[in-house]
Amino acid sequence: MIRFILLQNRQGKTRLAKYYVPLEDSEKHKVEYEVHRLVVNRDPKFTNFVEFRTHKVIYRRYAGLFFSLCVDITDNELAYLECIHLFVEILDHFFSNVCELDLVFNFHKVYLILDEFILAGELQETSKKAIIERMGELEKLE
Amino acid sequence: MNPFSSGTRLRDMIRAIRACKTAAEERGVVRKECAAIRAAINENDNDYRHRNLAKLMFIHMLGYPTHFGQMECLKLIASAGFPEKRIGYLGLMLLLDERQEVLMLVTNSLKQDLNHSNQYIVGLALCAMGNICSAEMARDLAPEVERLLQFRDPNIRKKAALCSIRIIKKVPELAENFINPAAALLREKHHGVLITGVQLCTELCKASEEALEYFRMKCTEGLVKTLKDLVNSPYAPEYDIAGITDPFLHIRLLKLLRVLGQGDEDASECMNDILAQVATKTESNKNAGNAILYECVATIMSIEDNGGLRVLAINILGRFLSNRDNNIRYVALNMLMRAITVDAQAVQRHRATILECVKDLDASIRKRALELVYVLVNESNVKPLTKELIDYLEVSDQDFKGDLTAKICSLVKKFSPEKIWYIDQMLKVLSEAGNFVKDEVWHAVIVVITNSPDLHGYAVRALYRALQTSADQETLVRVAVWCIGEYGDMLVNNIGMLDVEDPITVTESDAVDIIEIALKHHTSDLTTKAMALIALLKLSSRFPSCSERIKEIVVQYKGSLVLELQQRSIELNSIIAKHQNIRSTLVERMPTLDLLEWEEKQSGSIPNTTGSTPAHASINIPNGVAKPSSAPLVDLLDLNSDDVPAPSSSGGDSFHGLLDIDLSGAPKQSGVNHSPNNGTDALMDLLSTATPTQSRSAISDLLNSGQDNKTPVSPLEVLSSPSSNSIQPTSSAGAIDLLDSFATNSPIQENNGPAYPSVVAFESSNLRIGFNFSKLPGNPQTTIIKATFTNLSPSVYTDFIFQAAVPKFLQLHLEPASGNTLPASGNESITQTLRVTNSQHGKKSLVMRIRIAYKMNNKDVLEEGQINNFPQGL
Repeated sequence: MIRFILLQNRQGKTRLAKYYVPLEDSEKHKVEYEVHRLVVNRDPKFTNFVEFRTHKVIYRRYAGLFFSLCVDITDNELAYLECIHLFVEILDHFFSNVCELDLVFNFHKVYLILDEFILAGELQETSKKAIIERMGELEKLE
Repeated sequence: MNPFSSGTRLRDMIRAIRACKTAAEERGVVRKECAAIRAAINENDNDYRHRNLAKLMFIHMLGYPTHFGQMECLKLIASAGFPEKRIGYLGLMLLLDERQEVLMLVTNSLKQDLNHSNQYIVGLALCAMGNICSAEMARDLAPEVERLLQFRDPNIRKKAALCSIRIIKKVPELAENFINPAAALLREKHHGVLITGVQLCTELCKASEEALEYFRMKCTEGLVKTLKDLVNSPYAPEYDIAGITDPFLHIRLLKLLRVLGQGDEDASECMNDILAQVATKTESNKNAGNAILYECVATIMSIEDNGGLRVLAINILGRFLSNRDNNIRYVALNMLMRAITVDAQAVQRHRATILECVKDLDASIRKRALELVYVLVNESNVKPLTKELIDYLEVSDQDFKGDLTAKICSLVKKFSPEKIWYIDQMLKVLSEAGNFVKDEVWHAVIVVITNSPDLHGYAVRALYRALQTSADQETLVRVAVWCIGEYGDMLVNNIGMLDVEDPITVTESDAVDIIEIALKHHTSDLTTKAMALIALLKLSSRFPSCSERIKEIVVQYKGSLVLELQQRSIELNSIIAKHQNIRSTLVERMPTLDLLEWEEKQSGSIPNTTGSTPAHASINIPNGVAKPSSAPLVDLLDLNSDDVPAPSSSGGDSFHGLLDIDLSGAPKQSGVNHSPNNGTDALMDLLSTATPTQSRSAISDLLNSGQDNKTPVSPLEVLSSPSSNSIQPTSSAGAIDLLDSFATNSPIQENNGPAYPSVVAFESSNLRIGFNFSKLPGNPQTTIIKATFTNLSPSVYTDFIFQAAVPKFLQLHLEPASGNTLPASGNESITQTLRVTNSQHGKKSLVMRIRIAYKMNNKDVLEEGQINNFPQGL
């Protein structure tokens, strides 16, 4: 299962942090700091997987943003890598050409999309179209 | 109403924060905002509550404390409108987690929302529950979630399915309730519901054996069919990734099939065809396809054996391994680790490629590959593989060296075919990455070296050479210093040269130089320096010509700020300066360290080494000699009693190794064997091996007087103490047996009632020792021996010390001698009483090995011998 999801920029500013396991606030900050340090200086040719404590971080970089998933050591790394990409495509579709600023000013919407995509640390929906449609319905309720 | 449309204050706040140029400025803005929000909370402001909470979430994300907003979440959740509830639940998930007690308060609201008529609100509640529910909430709300698994809207069904996963993870005994509704989800056509249903079933199988059996019986075929339909489905744009319809669903289905097929032949049989189809038909040019293949291989490896499928799987891994994409190579290494239990031979075929991966630039790949290589090593390939790894050690990253070194050391230890190879490899590791070597590893190197007498010279020379180039590797320095201290003479004289070695010329002062460098090097730590001091002491005896220089070096540490070094320096200096006569005894070579015992000690079960020798029971304080502090001296070679593998406090049982010396070859001359003081004499080594345990007041020696080399004899401890000069007249009841023709040379003492004849136990050109025997009435096992020492030379002997040792079946107590100065020409004698208890009385006769040390004309003299001519019946 996914333990947490982080969106961080190159400077290490957290743009989204979703934890599916309970952690103290101080521990969360430590985790965010450590994950950022792990991924930020890796060569683009390297694997997208880094071992992190007793788990594994699957990360992918899009422009200046790092999307990191922390998953169990036995999970399928390639599948989660694909999962990150799907999430980014959804964001890109929703914000039409997403950039970091969209995520900053609409952070609550990013959480909303994420909650339609992943729940309880497991994949909830694999259709980009279904999620975008669902988001449309929710927006109408605002 | 909408707090997030442009122009409202959330956006303004984010702008203001982004505009801050310094962290202090940002803190100022946040502080102001927080104050305003607190004020609003206190006023119970309803209009802006959700906007305030949204701001708090942003502030929380920046890392500021926001606990004061927790109650606001609950209030928003309890309000009626969707937008308020949405922000409330979002805040709940961000600001709280399952451990906070506040969460209990939300259970009621959740229950209402789960039953809400608005399905979007039900969705919100399910989402919050799935992400943060506690065990208690899971118990309370499980029936609601269970019911929602059959809700008409698929969006709710899939959320309820994932929510159920959380519930059964928190409360596994609830699993049974979910088995039937979960099985129903497997028949869904909606991908979202199907994928969540498959995940729920997988979790249920983990939580409950009953669920596993149920799904195995009822659902395996259905799942195989679902997967088949999916694999063969026509293009579906909604789920298409790289030409594959919903790879995520593929992967979840394969995972569930793996769980069902594991340990069940029927289920495995049922899925063989579809697995073969997935393994052969899936496109492997894109990540999505490879992800499916990877999952498929994992399933093939786990389910019951099918030779054909496994070949297919191993071939896929072989292709992965040669892929240019690092991600693919990584997962291949990962999976080969699991495959090795299935087909080690097949994995061995890829050894060369795997070995290349150990040298990859990417740490993630290196780590996986190293672990894989580690399990691939066996007796037949250890040499080439170790060579590769050690070669790589030279160029590897600093942060990888620790892992690599540990693995190499472990491999070398485990599979080493011969000692010289072990020593060679360990020396390479120590030279390359000595600073990463753990203590127990370099201790083990020393233990192995001491256990290979024919390699002592080779090892010390190799270490000397290595030290020339790698003096910055701490553990190498330690091992080298230790070995040079022990075997310095072999280094200088090229003793024990092997054919493979090039002779080197090392002078005595070179050897001292290198120790001095180690002692003074700025990177050397306390342990190394302390070891270097001891090595110097040892060399001072091995190389008399350097003695003065060593003394000067040692003296420099008298003022050391480190107490340990200061103390050692003073003690060693005192040994060098004042106690010439015992120095050579003190610094004799360490006995062979017992490998097995040392390993046991490493594994934590430290045997009691105190043995049965009465070590301190009969210590006598000498009165003739200024008594140096004895305890520190015992300590002095013992800084690291835990670290250095030298059994130090009472090494009785540790020294079995030294007892294997063949004694039967020694000439037996009329009962007395004595040998001149000769450094290479085995007897001498035997007599003084336990150097670290010796102290002035309790000189404990290990020696062996077993005459039969087939019988291992245990060491015994003998104590001897010089005492005052007063001469005691020999008034012992000397024994004479006129019928015994054995003791013809003995001086005959005409006492009444003697049972045993006196004997000349030892005689050399300088010294004669006579023994008189008597028995205590009622205790036939114990013999009282009165030893009389007579000086046959024209010079006075000073610092006279007599030592004796007996085999295990005897027990020996030495009383203090009558003096430690022996006047010239037999004018006066020293006497000393020995008490020997023979536990094999009547079966074995007494036997004893002796050593006499004294100073004649200020020169140290050492005499040794073995006494076999004891009268029978003692």
